[in-house]
Amino acid sequence: MSEHHHKETFVTKYIFTQDHKMISKQFLVTGMFMGIIAVFISMLFRMQIAWPEKSFTIFEAFLGPHQTDGVMNPDIYLALVTIHGTIMVFFVLTAGLSGTFSNLLIPLQIGARDMASGFMNMISYWLFFLSSVIMVISLFVEAGPASAGWTIYPPLSALPQAIPGSGMGMTLWLVSMAIFIASSLIGALNYIVTILNLRTKGMTMTRLPLTMWAFFVTAIIGVVSFPVLLSAALLLVFDRSFGTSFYLSDIFISGEVLHYQGGSPVLYEHLFWFLGHPEVYIVLLPALGITSEIISTNSRKPIFGYRAMIGSILAIAFLSTIVWGHHMFISGMNPFLGSVFTFTTLLIAIPSAVKAFNYITTLWKGNLQLNPAMLFSIGLVSTFVTGGLTGLVLGDSALDINIHDTYFVVAHFHLVMGVSAIFGMYAGIYHWFPKMYGRMMNKTLGYWHFWITIICAYGVFWPMHFVGLAGLPRRYYSNTNFPMFDDLLQINVVITIFALVGGIGQIIFLANFFISMYRGQKATQNPWRSNTLEWTTPVEHIHGNWPGKIPEVHRWAYDYSKRVDPKDDDSDYLHGEDFVLQTTPLLEGEEPS
Amino acid sequence: MLALFYIFIIVAIGVSFWQITRIMNFRSVIASDQDNAKQGKYSIYFLVFLYAMMIYCLIFMNVIMLPESASFEGEHDDNLFNISFWLIGIVQFLIQFLIFFFTFKYRGNKDRKAKFYADSHKLEAIWTITPAIVLVVLIGYGLWQWNNVMDLSNVKDPVIIEVYSQQFRWEARYAGEDNILGLGNVNYIKGINTMGVNMSDQNSQDDKQVTELYLPKGRKIHFKFRSQDVLHSAYMPHFRAQMNCVPGMVTEFGFTPKYTTEEMRLKPEVIEKTNGINKIRMAKGEDPYEFNFLLLCNKICGASHYNMQMKITVVEQDEYDRWIAEQPTLASVIK
Repeated sequence: MSEHHHKETFVTKYIFTQDHKMISKQFLVTGMFMGIIAVFISMLFRMQIAWPEKSFTIFEAFLGPHQTDGVMNPDIYLALVTIHGTIMVFFVLTAGLSGTFSNLLIPLQIGARDMASGFMNMISYWLFFLSSVIMVISLFVEAGPASAGWTIYPPLSALPQAIPGSGMGMTLWLVSMAIFIASSLIGALNYIVTILNLRTKGMTMTRLPLTMWAFFVTAIIGVVSFPVLLSAALLLVFDRSFGTSFYLSDIFISGEVLHYQGGSPVLYEHLFWFLGHPEVYIVLLPALGITSEIISTNSRKPIFGYRAMIGSILAIAFLSTIVWGHHMFISGMNPFLGSVFTFTTLLIAIPSAVKAFNYITTLWKGNLQLNPAMLFSIGLVSTFVTGGLTGLVLGDSALDINIHDTYFVVAHFHLVMGVSAIFGMYAGIYHWFPKMYGRMMNKTLGYWHFWITIICAYGVFWPMHFVGLAGLPRRYYSNTNFPMFDDLLQINVVITIFALVGGIGQIIFLANFFISMYRGQKATQNPWRSNTLEWTTPVEHIHGNWPGKIPEVHRWAYDYSKRVDPKDDDSDYLHGEDFVLQTTPLLEGEEPS
Repeated sequence: MLALFYIFIIVAIGVSFWQITRIMNFRSVIASDQDNAKQGKYSIYFLVFLYAMMIYCLIFMNVIMLPESASFEGEHDDNLFNISFWLIGIVQFLIQFLIFFFTFKYRGNKDRKAKFYADSHKLEAIWTITPAIVLVVLIGYGLWQWNNVMDLSNVKDPVIIEVYSQQFRWEARYAGEDNILGLGNVNYIKGINTMGVNMSDQNSQDDKQVTELYLPKGRKIHFKFRSQDVLHSAYMPHFRAQMNCVPGMVTEFGFTPKYTTEEMRLKPEVIEKTNGINKIRMAKGEDPYEFNFLLLCNKICGASHYNMQMKITVVEQDEYDRWIAEQPTLASVIK
């Protein structure tokens, strides 16, 4: 490919490009745009929770017909919650995170000229773009966007009589998601094929950086579970438009009995959560992979327990497909199933604990270079532990009865998959920005961004656990109708203030990102002094990644601070420096690690 | 007003961009030793903030939490919850300490050399096996309690109540003298027969329809849930009880009330919480609040989801008998 440079026009270079590096930037910028919408939406509904029935100019400005004199309507509150969840989970943390870094890093870190199919890669992005456009359009539908929660449980999502958002808004939601799933599947297949077939000479599976393992396993989970969501959505379309009864039965609404007979919403719940739970790991594993790489590089230490890390990724992936029922303990399914799902769910704690401890051991006795990327990775480990521990409470069916669908759940999953995955994404952006744009991001702004974000994240989600333990259900437009929740209002105000500050604080990141793109300091080839292959490519992007031959790999990715005498911590570095590129051949008598 | 708002936004954006471009002129990009020292120090400050916040919430938010379980079955729930919470609390405090203390302790500088330490099967075995053992205990206790709550097969003389949900209202039906509920289906909904009870069923005749629940203390209540339109969830937080109401099927749950409403109101933690709430209500000039058990909707169900509630009153058996006798049978109401 690199041999015949053909002339590129603006369209083939920036729009319909098949170059994985450009496609990854397209994913990133689209994901960031969707992220801005979702964060803004969350700020709006947090204001409603903290100051219910208060009139805000900002509601007047943005909610159009869905407010009366600046007071938010209950319908649009539910719609905002729904769209926030949908965009964050799928558009930001699936496509924005996995799409960006899988595309950027897979060819670069395994030593390939490009993805296995550049064309399919391009299709994957443009389907994602199309689905984003449709999702954004759905915000402007007259009756409001989809409002049945991001899980869109029927019958609420199937019947426009039940909630206005289940009309055109829900149709567009389903169309958008169907296209999104197609995009995600095409992308995932491409990642799997590329990692299996295009590794450079010497790059065995056990020499792959952990980022590659994470992206590889993520893609496999996606291929296994996304089609099930597609079928769930398809059956819902049938119920909505063609009068079938997959999910609906015995319904009396708006004064009449509907014709549906024999279906069950529980079927939908099973199909949805068969994707829905693995989706958590589709979101989380890439973030953990990125973290493994960044923590190791910036600690100047090999990642602790490389094989155990791979083993726990595989264990998490396997378990993730047999735990979906823990979202349904009280759905009316057979209680015996609840027992089984409790058992499998709590098992996930074991590989997760292994990962957390391995990160901490990697920090131990390191030489920590506290770059913004490193701080975000450390923050990820912290929020992952905080959020993961409460999973022990929620995964236990006997306890879930009492706190299911309360704010305790909201706090739990936001910490463990929301904040953690976003931190992984930020870490990745700060770390690989020089690889993407050939320039560096500003450090000072990065530090500001990190401390504001982590303080606000804990300020929002730690107190929220207690709001949940007080019994407050989620998705309540306002809790003024329940005097028993009156004493929660002050806490909600504090949470909202943290949320607003945290949300607005992201402007620092946006500014840093876009200004650095044009005015940042020019990057050197290997600014973080890292071992992996992507730092052997030239700073300026070229088609085919390496100007000459693809480099050959001789060692694993984590030979940081390797010593002459492995037992003596004071001895000199074996290779003169505290890092050894994967392309460096073994010295005579050197033990491979 | 709106114009002012837009102007404010534009000015705010302008000022922040001006400040940010100023910082952007400091073209430092990779952490230096000074940065490492500074950020290491900040990570200790953050650890202090995190500990302070966690401890503050754990101590001062106790008063807002739900009082002890008002059902016998929920006792074990509280117990298991306390065990789990102590456990994860201790682990949380330890691990957060390790993360941020290590960040400070091992902050990089030119003279440091990282330890090359790639593997230790002993350590990995420790942190695989320890969680596994702890989990065996949690899973074992949890599953025992789960069976305890969900198994309704061997209950002697339960009170059978059907709870019926619709947008945006709860209704209930007591099984009457024969303690058997008559059949119900949406096709029978007509006029005042709002729950769709099949009146040609013999068992329906003595059923009693109500809009407020009265429960006798000390007897097992066997709930059967039906929904008329969309998914709802009957959530009774004080009894540690919740079950979805699913159109097209009947779901079940059971518990035994432990305290009457009156007894509950005299509990110190309830008095404290009620006083706290009433202080807030007084300041806003609202009526004082009195403790009551509640059933609320906990599954997103539409615009008024946030306003679906039913009062539950737990009384002694004799008072319950008096109350239930006063309620008219369906046969007398629906002609």
